[in-house]
Order: sequence, then structure tokens, then C-alpha cells
Amino acid sequence: MPLTESLRDDILAAVPSLRAFAISLSGNADRADDLVQETLLRALANIDSFQPGSNLPAWLFTILRNLFRSDYRKRRREVEDAEGNYAKTLKTQPSQNAHLEFEEFRAALDKLPQDQREALILVGASGFSYEDAASICGCAVGTIKSRVNRARSKLAALLYVDGAEDFGPDETVRAVIGGSGG
Amino acid sequence: MKDLKSQASRNTTPGKGGLTPEIQSRIGHQLRAMYDDVVRQGVPERFAELIKKLDAPGGTPQDQTNGGTNDNNGRD
Repeated sequence: MPLTESLRDDILAAVPSLRAFAISLSGNADRADDLVQETLLRALANIDSFQPGSNLPAWLFTILRNLFRSDYRKRRREVEDAEGNYAKTLKTQPSQNAHLEFEEFRAALDKLPQDQREALILVGASGFSYEDAASICGCAVGTIKSRVNRARSKLAALLYVDGAEDFGPDETVRAVIGGSGG
Repeated sequence: MKDLKSQASRNTTPGKGGLTPEIQSRIGHQLRAMYDDVVRQGVPERFAELIKKLDAPGGTPQDQTNGGTNDNNGRD
């Protein structure tokens, strides 16, 4: 459809969550904004292929996700930079404790395989349905559900199961901890 | 006392799928807190300008790609 004023407003309204998604994926604020810019340019250049009445945020997220994916294949993300840069994007600096907890969470999220991280963010933070998340990632709904579950289990193992020695890590936790190579 | 103890063990013992409801809600809470921090920043000038310019006559995505360096706003 043509770029009407209301469509333009809708695209603009999606920018904050596109940025949040891009930062969650890339762990780098500057790179995330470049991704958002490229997403917007690509969306506007291909606006004719957007089906009126379909889910605009899902369409934009799909573009951003695919851009990130193709970019990722070309150069590995700059992990060493991630946390500091991310913290700089926060308007309100969290208190010392909250900040530590936040960095731990961020670091644990970075340890997830990319498939699981994006599924968890789309469903758990962006608020997409499993169906929308599946269409954004180009996979089956069941695949998204299992990625989200595995992501949650792994985060739990990394962050909260520090009393693990009390009962001994079970097979799932061991598999999850051992499976961080991918 | 007994209640406290049994509650503590329930909260740290992974149940089905290795997750207690408490842990699951903590993960959800932290994830959204991280995400919403960025969402609350709204639309940076850079993107508002970009979309506005594209609406102007003669504005095309290709032009914007080349002109994008003007919008740096002192970012390093």
C-alpha cells in the first residue's frame, strides 16, 4: 500500500519497540540504532509489499530480525562491548544493586543461543503471540514454544539456581549448562 | 518456620522444565524491565527526522542513505 500519513504514524509508533528489540538482539546501542535505521529505510522502500490490515509491528520486526541475521553472519557481534554500551543507553541509571543484577541478567541473556534469545524477547518482552513470533522467525509455532522454554530454563540455571549443589543438578540443568557452545 | 523452609526449597528447586513459578516470573520481570527501559526513551530525533524527510517531495530511501551522516547528532 502507499505510504499514507496514518501508516507513517504507525511506523513511527513502532520505533521505540524496534529499538528495544534491536538492542536486546545486538547488545550494542549504536549498532542497534543503525539496524533500526536500515529497517526503516527498507520498510519504506518496500512499503508496497505491506498488506493493509496485517500486523505492521510484526512486519517491521521481521525486517529487522532478517537484517540482524544477515549482518550477524558477516561479522560476529562485539560481545566485549555489549554491557557497557547498553548501560549507556539507559536514561535513569539504576542503583548499584539493581545495576549489578541488571548486568548479570544481560550477560546471561547474551549466553543464550541466538534462536532462543530472539524467541524469548519476542514473546516475553515485545508481547507478540507465539503465532506472530513464529511468523517473524520463519518457523513453526511449536519451535518457538520450545525455544522460549529452553531459553527460560537456561536463564534460570545461569541466574537463580545457585543452590544447585543442595540437590544436585538434574539432567536438564546439566544439559543446559553444557550446551552453551552453540 | 516450617512454612518458610518449605517455601524456600520450593523456590529454589526446579519443578517441571526446571522452573518454579517464582523464577519464571522473575525472568519475565527482568526481561520486560530491560526492554521497557529502551521503549520509554521514545522516538529519537534521528528517526523522527528520517521518516519526516521521506514524506517530503523527492525524498526517497536512497537519498536518505547517502544523507544519513548529517544526522549524527554528535554520536561517537
